[in-house]
Amino acid sequence: MKVAVIVFPGSNCDRDMYHVLSDVFKLESKLVWHTDLLPKDIDAIVLPGGFSYGDRLRAGVIAAHSPVISEVKKMAERGMPILGVCNGFQILVEAGLLPGALLKNTSLSFICKWTEIIVKNNKTPFTNKLKLNQRIPIAIANGEGRYYADDETLKQLKKNNQIVFTYAEEINGASMRIAGICNKEGNVVGMMPHPERSAEQIINPRNAKPASLIFESLQNTLGVTA
Amino acid sequence: MSLTPPEFGYLEKKIGRKPNPVELQIVAAEWSEHCSYKSSKKHLKILPREGKRVVSGPGYDSGVLDVGDGYVVTVHIESHNHPSAVEPYGGAATGVGGVIRDILSAGTRPIAILDGLRFGDIEKDTHARWLFKNAVRGIADYGNCLGVPTVGGEIEFDRCFTNYALVDVAAIGFGKKEKLIKNHADAGDCVVLIGGSTGRDGIGGSQFASDKLEAENRSAVQIPDPFIEKLVIEAILEARNQNCIKAMKDLGGGGLSCAISETADALSVGIELDVSLIHKREENMSPSELMVSESQERMLVITDQEKLSTLKRICEKFHVPYSVIGSVTNGSVMEVRLEKEVIARLPSEVVANAPLLDRLAIQPKYLENIKLTQKPSTPENLSETLMKMLANPNIASKQWVYTQYDHEVGIRTVIKPGSDASVLRLDNNKFLSVKIDGNSKHCYINPRQGAIGCFDEACRNVVCTGAVPIGMVDHLQFGNPEDPEVFWTFKESLEGITQYAKYFGIPCVGGKVSLYNQTNIGPIKPTPLIGVLGLIETKPLIPKKIQENDFVVLIGETKDELGGSEYYEYMHDTIGGKCPTVNMESSKANQEIVLELISQDLVKNAHDCSKGGLGVAVSEICIRNEIGCVISLDKIPAQKLRIDELLFTESHSRYLLTIDPKNIENAKSLLEKQGIAYRIIGKFSGSNIAFKDGNKRVISVRVDKAQERWLNSLGSLVSHG
Repeated sequence: MKVAVIVFPGSNCDRDMYHVLSDVFKLESKLVWHTDLLPKDIDAIVLPGGFSYGDRLRAGVIAAHSPVISEVKKMAERGMPILGVCNGFQILVEAGLLPGALLKNTSLSFICKWTEIIVKNNKTPFTNKLKLNQRIPIAIANGEGRYYADDETLKQLKKNNQIVFTYAEEINGASMRIAGICNKEGNVVGMMPHPERSAEQIINPRNAKPASLIFESLQNTLGVTA
Repeated sequence: MSLTPPEFGYLEKKIGRKPNPVELQIVAAEWSEHCSYKSSKKHLKILPREGKRVVSGPGYDSGVLDVGDGYVVTVHIESHNHPSAVEPYGGAATGVGGVIRDILSAGTRPIAILDGLRFGDIEKDTHARWLFKNAVRGIADYGNCLGVPTVGGEIEFDRCFTNYALVDVAAIGFGKKEKLIKNHADAGDCVVLIGGSTGRDGIGGSQFASDKLEAENRSAVQIPDPFIEKLVIEAILEARNQNCIKAMKDLGGGGLSCAISETADALSVGIELDVSLIHKREENMSPSELMVSESQERMLVITDQEKLSTLKRICEKFHVPYSVIGSVTNGSVMEVRLEKEVIARLPSEVVANAPLLDRLAIQPKYLENIKLTQKPSTPENLSETLMKMLANPNIASKQWVYTQYDHEVGIRTVIKPGSDASVLRLDNNKFLSVKIDGNSKHCYINPRQGAIGCFDEACRNVVCTGAVPIGMVDHLQFGNPEDPEVFWTFKESLEGITQYAKYFGIPCVGGKVSLYNQTNIGPIKPTPLIGVLGLIETKPLIPKKIQENDFVVLIGETKDELGGSEYYEYMHDTIGGKCPTVNMESSKANQEIVLELISQDLVKNAHDCSKGGLGVAVSEICIRNEIGCVISLDKIPAQKLRIDELLFTESHSRYLLTIDPKNIENAKSLLEKQGIAYRIIGKFSGSNIAFKDGNKRVISVRVDKAQERWLNSLGSLVSHG
């Protein structure tokens, strides 16, 4: 069992994600540089946060067109659990693995703060240990984190149970306060908030248990007992 | 941008001939005040630099402190004042970039940024507001992209900064002691320039920063590119892991001229280089331009022939441009060539060591006038006064600023910005507490006591998290040193800092001097900034939720020291009065008792009493905990003071502790055993912030109203243009 954490030039939450996966949740993980081949023996993929390619052109767009993402697409089709956090979510959207777009926050500023998200789909590989409507205290940090989709797409998202997390408060102007979504199959999840910053009590000013359930869900999915 | 006639004469004598124009440019860049410290260097020697945790080595651009278990913390502080006053976004951003590279130079990973920002009166001055907003955005865009959290800082607004800006950035690094760069070189080693390309930006930046700001010299301002800096960080750290770096230096003020001459001088070697080999951003740059350009995101690395190919491979992996520009030679000469032609040949020792100056220092006349200041009268409605004080941009929450900074990345931030000091977890289960403090208002009326006060305040802040101060960095910012009155204030502040550092045994592990902070309206107020690092061996004091009937304990004496207070300046427009002074002995005793009470788990919350005095400090605790209080002013250990003076004097060495009723007896007996000046001044309860004098209520404001004012006033001020 291995979780691949893919590192692009400019990724900056890769080491944090690696620490939480491997040191806190004992999931065997590997940092994979974007030009390297994906290891054969992986069972899950995480695209971490940061500023891949310095957010040039548009957040996530350059990374989305890199060769490693075509590999990720193949794995997505095979049903492998894939999580994109923050810039990782932006990359998944730019790559067409998830619908919609991430726009500048309505404040036009970067926002780093603690908030709460609500679980709206607890069937994904990353939420199966959470209860429906459970609240998760979590850190957000982004400038282009406002989820946007047209009405038709939003209708589809709702119908297919693709809305995974919503914000408990109005935070950045996101459509339907969406904080995270999944693909139709549910194996590819993207979220703007940072679970890896929220799953250890010492750095979480509120309660770290709910966020840690995101990682325990992955353990559960991969059949690992902590 | 040139040498003074005596400097020219000195140079000519040293090299035994007339310097050619390229040589002159190189020397002028390096002998600028900014690079050479020629006015201050003689005086800086008084600072204590030794300590049991201090790790020193040749050519370190940052201070290194041993935090045990084979780990070190590095720290450095810099400013980018002139550039930020002209182009706040780029100036502030490149200020972050520069200090980060100093941390990297030691071979440590940057783990935190703190920034100290100063602007004019943003309530009235829209230009000051513009500078402020854009400097914050510059820091945010740069630091956020790097993935280095901005965990704290401080902000001050004062009319002396009109048309100007002080942007100070401190950076903290962390790493294994064994991975520190040793900084040595041998003849035949390769000199490699790694990072951004060299262009015409920042030409003469160091000289620009070494003169009064009278004209906006935009070409002297550097252009930021945080993406390339991020790649440089990762490439350098990988090169360090693979032992590819024998010596390293960041390119900052003075560009290559400074980096080459200082490296050669520090390592006692010679360096020869060919400027045609430098990777450039634009065509037809002259050799002088290449030597003094301050283009950003560049590092100078010395490696040996054997490791060169590995170093190249690492740079290629991270898409970081590089060029092998020369080699290390025997001797001590820096030789600059343009292909075959030698265009400069100078002893590096001469270039790196400008002739030092003896500046005249005379006590300023204004200090006499200030003594004559009349005490303002007591306002009628003190509740209203408190509400106004809470909305004062110098006191109000800086939430609008720090929510724009990623202060969580790196997952080390245990105590977040907006608290007294920020706390980071380290890999050896210890914690690092960090804070920077300055106070131009106090330093203006008493440069010595003001500087001591900043030092004391920074120490108090880290002590409030349960940390023992282990090191400090200072940043001394003053006007034109050629003015003897300005220079006197510099010397006074420096002596004050030295006095405090020696008494408390806190070594100075780094610092910077920034002079010529002056515009057409005159010099800035003296603004020394002190950064203190504290170490927590076991666990930090993470504030616990305050409950009804918890006690408020005030430690330390409250004195008639309202000079330079926010209350005098903001409410009464009065400059002057008596500056708060620190009694070292009682300050030390207070620090120790607070640490003792925290280590015995007797304290729920510790808060430093500083800007805005007791009135503001108590309100801040109430606001954060959404609980009211009743404070008896007549119980405060103090000289005879008026009610408004008791509330708003900024006497140092005071702490506000919140103590659970079940622990109060234990706390009292400890405090009494040590003979500490303290008093239980009230309790938390209800939903009003209330102050009483005997039975008379002198202040009563609702916590939610106070919270609204304190939290939102800065944000609403800047979002309205």
